[in-house]
Amino acid sequence: MKPASPFLELEGNPKVPVTFDGDVFELPLGANLAAALLAAGVQVFRHTPVSGAPRAPFCMMGACFDCLVEIDGVVRQACMLEVTQGLCVSRPGTGEATDATE
Amino acid sequence: MQQNDLIVIGAGPAGMAAATEATSHGLTVTLLDEQPRAGGQIYRDVDRVADKRGDILGKDFTYGRTLTGGLRASGTTHLTGAMVWSIEDGFRVSFTKDGRAAQITGSHILLATGALERPMPVPGWTLPGVMTAGAGQILLKQSGVLARRAVLVGSGPLLYLIAAQMVRAGTPPMALVETQTRGDMARAMRDIGGAMRGWPYLVKGVRMLATIIRARVPRYVGATDIAIEGRAQAEAVTFNVAGRAKRIACDTVLLHHGVVPNTQAARSLDVPHRWDDGQQCFVPELDTWGGTGVDGLFIAGDGAGIGGAKVAEMAGRIAAIRIAEAVGRLTVQQRDARAAPLLRSRASDNAIRPFLDKAYPAYQPALTPEDATIVCRCEEVTAGDIRRYAGLGCLGPNQTKAFGRPGMGPCQGRYCGLTVTALLAEANAQTPEQTGYYRIRPPLKPVTLGELAMMDTPEPDAAE
Amino acid sequence: MEADYAIIGGGVVGLSVAWGLLKRGKRVIVIDGDDGAFRASRGNFGLVWVQSKGMNQPRYARWSQQSAAIWAEFAEELGDNTGHAVPLEQKGGYDLHFSEETLQETVEKYETLKAQLDGDYPYEVLGHNALRKEEPHIGPKVVGAILHHQDGHANPLRLLTALADDVRRMGGTVLNGKTVTDVTKPDGFHIQCSDGTVIGAAKVVLSAGLGAAELGPKLGFKAPIRPQRGQVLITEKLPKLINRPSLIARQVDEGGIQIGATNEEVGLNDRVTQPGLSGLAAEAIAAYPALARAQLVRSWGALRVLSPDGLPIYQESPQMPGAFLVTCHSGITLAAAHARLLPDWMERTDAAPDLEVFSETRFAIS
Ligand SMILES: Cc1cc2nc3c(=O)[nH]c(=O)nc-3n(C[C@H](O)[C@H](O)[C@H](O)COP(=O)(O)OP(=O)(O)OC[C@H]3O[C@@H](n4cnc5c(N)ncnc54)[C@H](O)[C@@H]3O)c2cc1C
Ligand SMILES: Cc1cc2nc3c(=O)[nH]c(=O)nc-3n(C[C@H](O)[C@H](O)[C@H](O)COP(=O)(O)OP(=O)(O)OC[C@H]3O[C@@H](n4cnc5c(N)ncnc54)[C@H](O)[C@@H]3O)c2cc1C
Ligand code: FES
Repeated sequence: MKPASPFLELEGNPKVPVTFDGDVFELPLGANLAAALLAAGVQVFRHTPVSGAPRAPFCMMGACFDCLVEIDGVVRQACMLEVTQGLCVSRPGTGEATDATE
Repeated sequence: MQQNDLIVIGAGPAGMAAATEATSHGLTVTLLDEQPRAGGQIYRDVDRVADKRGDILGKDFTYGRTLTGGLRASGTTHLTGAMVWSIEDGFRVSFTKDGRAAQITGSHILLATGALERPMPVPGWTLPGVMTAGAGQILLKQSGVLARRAVLVGSGPLLYLIAAQMVRAGTPPMALVETQTRGDMARAMRDIGGAMRGWPYLVKGVRMLATIIRARVPRYVGATDIAIEGRAQAEAVTFNVAGRAKRIACDTVLLHHGVVPNTQAARSLDVPHRWDDGQQCFVPELDTWGGTGVDGLFIAGDGAGIGGAKVAEMAGRIAAIRIAEAVGRLTVQQRDARAAPLLRSRASDNAIRPFLDKAYPAYQPALTPEDATIVCRCEEVTAGDIRRYAGLGCLGPNQTKAFGRPGMGPCQGRYCGLTVTALLAEANAQTPEQTGYYRIRPPLKPVTLGELAMMDTPEPDAAE
Repeated sequence: MEADYAIIGGGVVGLSVAWGLLKRGKRVIVIDGDDGAFRASRGNFGLVWVQSKGMNQPRYARWSQQSAAIWAEFAEELGDNTGHAVPLEQKGGYDLHFSEETLQETVEKYETLKAQLDGDYPYEVLGHNALRKEEPHIGPKVVGAILHHQDGHANPLRLLTALADDVRRMGGTVLNGKTVTDVTKPDGFHIQCSDGTVIGAAKVVLSAGLGAAELGPKLGFKAPIRPQRGQVLITEKLPKLINRPSLIARQVDEGGIQIGATNEEVGLNDRVTQPGLSGLAAEAIAAYPALARAQLVRSWGALRVLSPDGLPIYQESPQMPGAFLVTCHSGITLAAAHARLLPDWMERTDAAPDLEVFSETRFAIS
């Protein structure tokens, strides 16, 4: 179910499913990932490793690192990524460290 | 490894113009930008977006297509999505693209990495729902995403531009909470002479304000005691205006009180910087051409000191002309002839700056915030912590790093550096210049150990 | 300004000594350089380390053991006094090996040293499988490790902050942003700073790190000290991945993985280099493959303060009695010894440790 979002989308684009922390969202293909998640109603992207405080995108230009999410075990900036088909995103630090054996 | 005559970092107006100009003189140029498409901050994604939202964003935005078109036509090698994380003498530039690290070398570097919004640490500024106004604008520009219930807080022309764009997009901000005072405008009037030379900017400013006023967006001028309320999310902005306490409930707060040069890359190369009192920030020390003290290293655009998009474009070309001369593609006479008109119009475009700096000064309480306010967002260090470290003998920000970790998180001080310098300067009764700034080291932005390790060559030629 | 002791250099060595002297009721002034000074105390790896120390000089191994043994008490006292804990963990540390040969060679050396230390050298050898039980993320290339039970690690920056805080709390004067240019001894010592300040003191401790190379001869020391660069990496904060520290990597109390360090003879150059970073990253991934996905957040270069044989120098000036040179390349490990044991040596009490082997007489005049 789509939570009410504080953000409005001006255009409708073709959407693809993206998983964020277990929930599936339909996000516009090729859109900026942080923008798409915000528009889809995601309010908290991560919790800080220092105090656990909630954070969400702040600068949208790759400078503040408050939009960090985890994809394939790597923590990355959502505002520097684009939505792709079947993307699987989680909040950082929630998963166990995985061993890369390849 | 391919040796370039010029490596340009940043594909905003400065970088695009420089790369295009340099290529036209026959230089081998590589342009890198971490964004997936050319444009920089002002012309973000202009090629994809201009047709969809050009009327909302305005002519100053769609103009960017001239530059992206010129760049494409020039045949410059443009590596998109390439995040530069290290620049070493020589020059050796390391970057990550598509999850892999790579390296190029060049005899000249032009840093065109632009500006950052001045950090605005007010109580509550780390809450979800609080963003920079530029972030709000990027959401609109690049993605067509607009905050439904937003309050714009701060000062400066960019604040009005964003408000006007939101009005045109059909969702005006709920209010403009402005920190400049009528006294500021009175002081600025002394620089009106210079401002008149930059009259097109004034006309644009008046038009933007008219758009905002016509849409009946409430404006609160001279606001103080600004704070953001909310538990897990921004819920309201509170402030005082003319002695009265106000509270505006909202979902989104967009903060802005000016832009400052992004000096990370320049500092990593030990380029000397000086404090600019007018712009209240550090700027690199440059010659007319954008040359730094470091041989072969140039800086253009807002990273060289705030001048705006037009000045950035001209400065990019000026630097490129100088570099073309340095590599023997232009004679000194040709260089000077080609640069002269650009140097003249850059000067007249810059004339508006002293007026703007005085009319829309930074919000003082956010330059040296109260004790409880977080200044380092990454490591959650407060202004009070910094003052305590000053009491323990920290004269400069590199000592406070050791004492309390400010500037040691992933943003590497981008959003706390100026605040920490200001707090230490105030506590130690020193100037910002004496206090200094963080020492910036590679990686300029985080890079995975896996990417780094892939570059591990057991060859003995290694750097030193 | 007058004091019993003027301490030149407010890094971890100078502050540890100052702290110890203040505890004995001495009046102490610490003089420290500016924000841009080379400071090993800010760029080190944070190990409180015993194994491999003093392989050719058992007295050094013993001195490191003595310090490690009293470190916890020292940290606790600092924490109590300042209200800010100095994180310390002493549950052993590893020397990781990628080949059976190097592992075997090291064990042989440890056995020799152990005999010289009357058997007080508690270590065990873990094969790959035993090691994997202790460190589930260890990689297949690691054939085994030496686990030394006297090893551990601390938060060196918290140590520095606590010392700076407690030295002031105990009434020490700390002058920051001053560079000492000369020291003379007409009657007492006169310490001159570049800004014109002159400080008088009955005794002087020269603990200026690399700065001692220049100042030392003015006080009658040889001070044969040189810089050696170490590049260090730190990742983003991660869930628990590494239990015990090693010279290759350790997980700091804040969560980041610290990876170190190069050994480079490049003079007074503390920059980082891509080959340096890449080499360290590759080694860390060989030890802990999961690190391949970790983000490197920061790196730095810091300069070690090295004597020709790598051992500390503790020397009273033959020309200017009352002036002491104190310098070492394991200032974190030895912080507790410097704070609690060294003052007895300077004050010539009955409890003074025997530090003869650390005097400058061991260096030939060049
Ligand atoms: C968020 C924001 C919004 C703005 N909006 C406007 C506006 O609407 N109108 C206006 O007149 N002015 C605006 N400005 C002011 C702006 O700084 C200038 O107008 C203009 O964009 C400056 O151009 P530039 O070429 O110097 O830098 P920019 O346009 O900022 O371009 C710099 C480029 O460098 C790239 N870069 C930086 N670091 C790296 C790295 N390590 N590796 C790879 N690439 C890197 C960035 O991705 C960026 O594309 C804005 C500024 C900001 C910060
Ligand atoms: C990469 C690296 C890793 C390390 N890892 C470890 C480890 O794991 N465990 C361990 O125990 N040790 C380690 N060390 C060593 C340890 O950091 C040093 O032994 C210790 O910090 C030395 O402290 P210091 O006070 O002598 O020197 P510094 O920290 O360099 O301090 C010297 C001070 O003297 C001041 N000064 C210099 N000249 C003057 C002057 N003329 N006037 C006034 N002031 C002056 C400077 O401003 C400076 O603050 C490491 C070192 C490095 C470089
Ligand atoms: S929102 Fe600031 S880095 Fe992504």
